[in-house]
Formats: sequence, C-alpha cells, structure tokens
Amino acid sequence: MMLNLAPNIANPDDFYAELINSQRNLDEEQALRMNARLILLLANHIGDRKVLTEAIACARAAGG
Amino acid sequence: MTNYIYPKFGYLRSKEQADGIVKRHPIVVIGAGPIGLTAALDCAARGQPVVVLDDNDTVSIGSRAVCYAKRPLEIWDRLGCATPMVDRGVSWKVGKVFFHDQLSYQFDLLPESDHQWPAMINLQQYHLEEILVAKCRANPLIDLRWKHRLISLKQAADYAKLAVETPDGIFTMEAQWVIACDGANSDTRKMVGAEFTGQFFQDRFLIADVVMKADFPTERWFWFDPPFHPGQSVLLHRQADNIWRIDFQLGWEADPDEEKQPERVIPRIRAMLGDGAQFALEWVSIYQFACRRIDNFRQGRVLFAGDAAHQVSPFGARGANTGVQDIDNLAWKLAMVLRGEAPVALLDSYHEERAYAADDNILNSTRATDFITPKTKVSRYFRDAVLELAQHHAFARPLVNSGRLSVPTPYLTSALNTPDVDLAVGEMRPGTNAADAPISIAGKPSWFLHCLGNGFTVVTFGKATEKTVIEIGPLAARILRVGRDIEDSSGLLAARYGASPGTTYLFRPDQYVAARWTGFDEAKIIEAMLRATGQDSAGQKELAA
Repeated sequence: MMLNLAPNIANPDDFYAELINSQRNLDEEQALRMNARLILLLANHIGDRKVLTEAIACARAAGG
Repeated sequence: MTNYIYPKFGYLRSKEQADGIVKRHPIVVIGAGPIGLTAALDCAARGQPVVVLDDNDTVSIGSRAVCYAKRPLEIWDRLGCATPMVDRGVSWKVGKVFFHDQLSYQFDLLPESDHQWPAMINLQQYHLEEILVAKCRANPLIDLRWKHRLISLKQAADYAKLAVETPDGIFTMEAQWVIACDGANSDTRKMVGAEFTGQFFQDRFLIADVVMKADFPTERWFWFDPPFHPGQSVLLHRQADNIWRIDFQLGWEADPDEEKQPERVIPRIRAMLGDGAQFALEWVSIYQFACRRIDNFRQGRVLFAGDAAHQVSPFGARGANTGVQDIDNLAWKLAMVLRGEAPVALLDSYHEERAYAADDNILNSTRATDFITPKTKVSRYFRDAVLELAQHHAFARPLVNSGRLSVPTPYLTSALNTPDVDLAVGEMRPGTNAADAPISIAGKPSWFLHCLGNGFTVVTFGKATEKTVIEIGPLAARILRVGRDIEDSSGLLAARYGASPGTTYLFRPDQYVAARWTGFDEAKIIEAMLRATGQDSAGQKELAA
C-alpha cells in the first residue's frame, strides 16, 4: 500500500475544526504532548511500515 | 553490614622469568576478568594450554557487571561452572517499567518453560570471577599469573612478542596468539594501534550498591521520572547477599566527584526507600558511557574480545554477556587453527561474526539510550507519550525501551553458514545458536545442549543412517540420532527444530547451526563442515587427498 495523498476525510472542515478545538485550552507544551500521543495512536492504527516511512519522509520534506 | 572480603591471589615468579628464557606459548590471554577467565577455560576445554596475565591480584572491585543471561550460562555450563553461578546468584525473568508512580509495562524474558537455565541471573562480578578463578586453578592447562602487566607488544609474522612487568622486573615472552580481554580502556588495543570509535553519550549515572533487607520482588524495576527522583530514570536490581543495585540517572551537568559522596547518595536512596529504611552503602560509582567498537577484532596475532573490542551502554546487560559469546565464537576456531585443522583465515570469521553481533548490540544499546535520555524537548514528549499510552493501551507497550535485554545475535549472513536449500521449517536457521530442550538418554533425563560435544555434531531425526561419525581429513562430526542416541519423549526437541523424519542439522563446536536439511546426505554434511571451518575449495581438495 502507498501513502494516500488524495483527499480521504469526509467533511474536512469539521475534522479540521475538531483538531484545532481539541487543543484550544492547552498551552504549547500540553499541545505538543498531545500531538505526540496522537501521532503514536495514528501510526499504530496505520501499522504498515512502508506507509509510515513514506509519511515521515513526506512530513519532513515540509509539504514538498 | 558490608562483608565481602576480596581474595588475594598470590603473585608467583614464573620459571621462564627466573630462568631468563624466552618461551613461546600457544595462547596468552591479557586480563583475568570474566572474559579473560572464560577465554582460558574455553581454550583449555579444547585442549590448548593457556597463560593468563593480569596486572592485579584480586577480583573486580565493586559489583560492576551484575546481569548474566541464559546464553552465557549455557556457555559456562559447557565449561562446567554455570551451576555454582546460578546457585550463588538470584534468578529472575520479570521486568517492570514505571512512569511516575504508575506501572507502564511488564515483560517476561522466558515465557516458554522447559529450559535448563534461567533467563537471567544477577550476581556481583566479584563472585562470578571467584567461581571462574577457582575453575581455572583446578585446570592444569591454565597458568594464571597475577601482578603481570603487559607493557609492550610487538608483532612478527607468526607470533607476538610481549614485554611483561612483574614485581621481579621486566621479562619477555612470546605468544602464537594473544587474546586481549583487558577491558574498555585496553592497553593492548593502544599497543596494536587499532581504531576504537563510536558515539559518546552526554549523561551521567550513579551506581549504588546497597545492603538492605527489602521486600521488593526479584525483578528488574525501572522508573522513568519517578516522584523520588524527578526528571530522571532509576533502575533497581537485586543481587546476592541482600545487596541491591540502584542506578540513578543524574544528567550531564552533575558533578561526578560530589555525587559520589555518601552525604549526596544517601538522601537519594532515602527518598526512594522511605525514611524508615535500614540500609548501608556497599559501593558507589559514577559513570558515563559510549557505544564504540574496534575496527577489526583480529589485529594480526592479537584477537580482541569483550569490552576491549566493543563498549555499549549498560542498559540491556550487553557488556559481559556479549564478551562471553565472543569467546564462545573464538575458542574453537583458535584451537582448530593451532591444531592445523583449519586455515588461519577461519579467524577472520571471528571478526565477521562478532563484529556483526557487536554492531547489533550497539544498535540496541543506542536505541535504549535514546529512549532513556531523549536528546530534544520534542523527543522527550514522544518518549513520555509512549509511557503514558502504555499504561492504558497494549499497542504502546512494545515501544517502551528501558534496555532490550541481551539475547544472542544470530550470524545470519556469516560465510560459515550453508544457506537453506530445502524447504526450511522453523526458526533454527543457519547461524542461530541451538535452542535447548529436555531429552533423555537411556531413559535418564538430560538436556539437548549437553549432547552437543566439543566438536561438530550432526543431529538427525528418524532412521536415515546407522553411522555414528562422519570424517573428512582431520575433521570429524559425531552423529546423534534422535530415537537411537537420545529420546525426544516430550516432542519439544522436534517442535523447537521444526523436525520431521529425516530432518538433519549440523552444529558447530560453539552449538550454532551451520546447516540443516530435510534429509541425511553425507556429501552435503562434509561440504557444510568444510565451509564452517573456513576451507576454500583448494583447502577442501587438500583435506580430501
């Protein structure tokens, strides 16, 4: 399987709002800690090592 | 409360020094620590006389290496000294990892029953060395020489010349082969000019050995950021004689001289154990660590083993345990070369196989260190996230890394292996150390590893042959037939080796799998035996002639 870079989330505005709202009352450290937990949860859900490697590379390339 | 009395091993002037005669020995071992003493025992077990030089005259000062894993115990059992170690030490297999004051993760090192030796024992290094020294002293092939310091080493084509200093002055001796087991700061390594490179870690740790009566279970307990030592890690281990090892992470800024003082150490321990705890300090040490290895384990006539060849962080008990396995790999090869049964090139496979294992250990040890000491703020958030999630969700537990405890590295890419050609079944691939299993001999219970002798062994399931030995030139392999020579009444041997009638394994003298087949074929076994002793095709013809 390849990293899916096509739109895949239904109601994208809802999702984005939910993500931002979930951190609304957190300070920066709390938010960074939450992000770390979120990345680990999502990474485990994906599981596929090839996809994870692609995602890490893609994120590291800063949108490139 | 501290009672250990360090033995004094007497210095004796050697006959060669007294006579002023330069003698050439087949094997000289430098350093009488756990690795050097094991080297002496293993070479002697293979019929070789050994001289051991040590600049001191007692055992290790302080408990130092305390965890000894199953594979080294199997090796020491082959050398006849595992039983006193296990009797003297404390056996354990459960580890617990805490984050703050909550249990985050728990592991069991030996989830499978029916193994002769425990997953791990804890035993102070001085006790272990005493057992090894007693065993060496009882062996007429081993000449232990205390207060003998190597001061220079020069290499000729087929021997090394050693200048050795004793209380009686300096004398010269020669060695066909030198095994350097003189630790991480090895002088021998400097004398041969070998490179020793790797990564240093900017962190400091305090080791305190504490005598106390405590009701902690015999388990490895590791805390990340506990309330009694905020922001750092702590490790607790039980040793023999009610001595406990407590390891406090201090951070890079800590002053090693100040932190060693009892007035600094005792409050740290009291914070951990509570105000009512009765304890006494036995030994304190501050260390920082590096992960490094020598460029080549073989430098001409000098073979490096243990910390002299590779240094790892202590998390994972990979120091002494790896060193013992270096010797397990080296001794049979060296004995065969000395007997003329294998070419000198076989010793290059010692580097190939053990450098591969050292790199695996360094990789594991570096990863544990990165988890224990995160290098950036964000990597610390990830580390803490793993520990938090592990308390509630199974998925995060395998990510917790407080040290992956020492298990043997299979030599999967070794040139000595004969790759699988048949349909391969099970995990016992060529290059893997033999799994033990309960068996019986003439109705008497025993263990499979006891049946693998000092040489090559063929183990075959079923009735494919009536022979008891295979020979080619000076090489011989004993044939063990399951059902004839040994009985697999529990079926565990066949299960662990994925065996069905006809399955045949060739084991090396260090109990590693050299080759395996679905049937018994003498020509293939001979070919595999030649390959496992480093014989090229010309050498093979020579032996066959």
